[in-house]
Formats: sequence, C-alpha cells, structure tokens
Amino acid sequence: MDAILFYAAAALAVGSALVVIGQKNPLHSAFALIVTLGSLAVIFGLLGSPFIAALQVIVYAGAIMVLFLFVLMLLNVKREADAPGRGARTLGAVAVVLVALLFAQAGAVLVRAEPGPAPAFDASTRRMAEILFSPQFLYVFEATSILILAALVGAIALAKKEL
Amino acid sequence: MTPSPLVQELILAAIKVALVIGALQGLFSLMTWIERRTLAFMQFRLGPNRTGPIGILQPIADGIKLFFKEEVMPAAANKWAFLAAPVVAVTTSFLAVAVLPYGPPFTLPRLEFLPEWLWPSWLWGRSMQLQIATIDVGLLFIFAITALGVYGVVLAGWAANNKYSLLGGLRSSAQMFSYELALGMSFVGVIMLAGSFQISDIVNSQMSRAGGWFLGWNCFQQLPAFLVYFAAATAEVARTPFDLPEGETELVAGFHTEYSSMRFALIQMAEYVNMITVAVLATNLFLGGWHSGIPGVPSEGLFGFVFWGGKVAALLFVFIWLRGTVPRFRYDQLMHFGWKVLIPVAAVWILITATGVALAGR
Repeated sequence: MDAILFYAAAALAVGSALVVIGQKNPLHSAFALIVTLGSLAVIFGLLGSPFIAALQVIVYAGAIMVLFLFVLMLLNVKREADAPGRGARTLGAVAVVLVALLFAQAGAVLVRAEPGPAPAFDASTRRMAEILFSPQFLYVFEATSILILAALVGAIALAKKEL
Repeated sequence: MTPSPLVQELILAAIKVALVIGALQGLFSLMTWIERRTLAFMQFRLGPNRTGPIGILQPIADGIKLFFKEEVMPAAANKWAFLAAPVVAVTTSFLAVAVLPYGPPFTLPRLEFLPEWLWPSWLWGRSMQLQIATIDVGLLFIFAITALGVYGVVLAGWAANNKYSLLGGLRSSAQMFSYELALGMSFVGVIMLAGSFQISDIVNSQMSRAGGWFLGWNCFQQLPAFLVYFAAATAEVARTPFDLPEGETELVAGFHTEYSSMRFALIQMAEYVNMITVAVLATNLFLGGWHSGIPGVPSEGLFGFVFWGGKVAALLFVFIWLRGTVPRFRYDQLMHFGWKVLIPVAAVWILITATGVALAGR
C-alpha cells in the first residue's frame, strides 16, 4: 500500500517537475510546481512525518506559490520569449555538467545503500519540537526568525518610500 | 465468514465517507433554502415558499434548473484551467471535512434480529467515531487544505480571461490569504491548552476544565482567540460582512462571473461546504464539541449528537443572521481589519496564553 502510494507520488513529483521547466507559459509552470510540492508532501507523510507534510503544503504550496501566481497574474506575463538569449550555449553546457553530477551522486547513493527496510526514526511533532527547541538548535532557529522578519521589514521599507 | 481486520476497516471507512459526503451535500441544498427563507423573514418578505410544503423542495427545483442551463465557456478562456477551477474548489472543501469528528464516540448496538449480511457480528459492540481519518496533525491538515482552497478562486478568476473575473479573483485570494494568518494564529492558544493537534483531544480537553461546566469551554477560556477565529473564518468563507469576492456592484460576480450551470453550482457547493466545515470546526475547538457543559447532563451517545448538532446549527444560523444584519466592508477596511486588528490581537493573546501555560501548566 505504502509502496504504491510512494511510486505514484514520486512519479507525479518528477513528471510535474518536468512540466515546470518544459512549459513556455509561466502560469502553467507555476501550477505544475504546486503539484510537485503537493506530491512531495505526500512522500513526507509516507515517511512518517505528517507535521512536515502539513508544513510543506501550508508554507510552500499554500503561501509562497500563491504569491508567485499573484505576481504572474498581475504582471500578465503571457509567454517567455522563444528565441534563446545570449550565452544560451554556455548555460546549456553548464546545465548538462550539473545534471551529470546529480545523476552520479544519486547513483553513488544507490550503490552504497544497504538493501532492507529504512531504519525507524521518530518524526512526530513532539520529537520535532524537542529537537528544534533543544539548546543545540534554539539560537539558530530564533536567529532565522529574526532574519526573516528583517527581510520583511526591508521589503516594506523598499516598497513604500514614505512610511 | 468474518472479513479480515483490514477489510473491516476499509468497509467502515467507505461507509463513513459515503455518510459524511452525502450528509454534507444534503445539508448544502437544505442550507440554500434555509438561508433564503430566514433572510426573507428578516427582511419582512416570504422567500421561496411555492415548491412543496413551505417551499422545502426549492433546492431540487434549483438543481434541476441549473442542470438544464447552458454551460457557457468564454472563447478566450484557458480551457483546461477553466474546467479545473470548480473541481479544485469542491475537492479542497470536501478534503477538509475528512479529519473532523462528527459527534461523540459511540458503541454500535448488538442487533441480533438483523440478518448477518446486513448487520454482521463483527460490528457488534464496536466502539467508533464518525470521523473519516484520525491523524496526528488533524488541525494542521485542515489548515493546509484551507491554504490550498485559494487555488480554486485564483484559477477561476484567471482562466475566464475576463477583467472582472481577474480583479475579483485577485481580490478574493488576497482576502483569503490575509485572513488565513489570523485564522492560524487563533488556533495556537487552543492547541497550547490542549497540548495536541488532534481535534478529538481538543474537544475532550475542554470537558475537564471548570469542573465540567460550560465555562471551561474554549469560547470562554480563549475568548479573544474565539472572536479572532470567528471573524477570520467568516472572511475565509467569504460571508457577509466579508463577501467582497461577490461585490456585485463593482465586480459583477467576482471570480465566478463567467461560470454558469453546473459549474456555478459546484462553486456554490464548495462555498457552502466550507461554511459548514468552519461551523463544525468552531463547535469542536471552541464550543466544547459534543459535551453538554452541565455536570450531570449526559453527553454520550445520542445526547452528544443532539448537543453537537445543536451547536453547529446555531453557528450556521449566526452566519445567516450576520448576512441579514451587517453591510459589506470596503476593501481597504477589510485589509486594515485583517492585518492591523486581528493579527496583533491574536499575537498578543498567544503571548498571554503561553505565559499562562508556562506558569501554571495546563
């Protein structure tokens, strides 16, 4: 049952990710990206972490992507320019190298991985909170919140010349 | 022959899904009539009273009418997105109801006189609850699905390629997006008091406080959170005074301007189901769920269903009452209220609750 769900979600994630980069219309790409994020949430849920699955949907699919769509709809972007821009060949070559590197890494992981069931780990909400608020991560966590807040204040200050 | 436990669970789950979805669809069509009648009485009119006794068959007449209307699709619309939008709206609204408990846990009776195929013996004495999925993060799941509900509006507004639709879609999604924050923050105090994301745990945590009296319910213990929740939830489901998505005087019909026939009916259904979800959630989180609120008055079994149903019905009535009473907000007032009133109030209340929980324990 889990295996079927996993393969379905994984196929959907990879397929929609391909649509994201293959589409000319940026709005279609954005919708495909939402599907990718949703299927990633399903995989998180299958890994025994419903908390991360819910956060994935709330933060990425629910909040960030709505903002993306908003901007795309407001600017009314119809299509990307068809003609490749300058330096497209160089960029393409770099992309090929990077993709090859990624596949090599994935292959190395697959070769080294020991067959058998994944080790059990506790990814419940309570355990997450204990790790996140332990002295080891607490200050980093809080510093990140302040960083995000600072970015928000900065964005508002830039957007509004007169406060 | 007794089926295996997995098959038993699957059969029960299928029955629960059928029951809940059927009940919601029935309640949706009934609500359209109740709302029109109640509003009419509030405005010294009669409302739809011609179809059937006191007009109760009106939803069926409406349904048949909508079914036979022509489905119009604008020539310049994005076909795929235009068709997907009502589906997304309905799917998200029916997904959110999966983790809500409907009424108290109960034990199935031993009905030995019924034949085995109708009431098999493995059902006897089985304790269960009318809740489709019991998951660890129930409340977060609802919140996640609500966040996805925005897409129905965004897609519908954009796909029709109509400037009123687009403006309406942008406006509605901005509204839902802004009030989602306040909605999420109003849950935090409740979660802290109960120490769990599970909705049935939150219901039960309200019973033990204040000696079992109704003063222990979260609507009294967490009054500011309840008020923020109610305002934010009303805006989230776009009911008056937050029904700007269908500001007829300025935007024709907002994001669903170009929708007709059954597609329009689907969007309507999604909105009503969202309203029912919000009322059920408020009952469970803030109004003590199925608990009677008076020590000595039983809240198990049938009593629990009566109390629970009464609370949900009362909340639904309040939604209709509000529509008959208050005028619509202006758009800047809406944004001002959401960002500068609700969110600060919710944030301060989270601080107060956190301090209380840290000092006194639960």
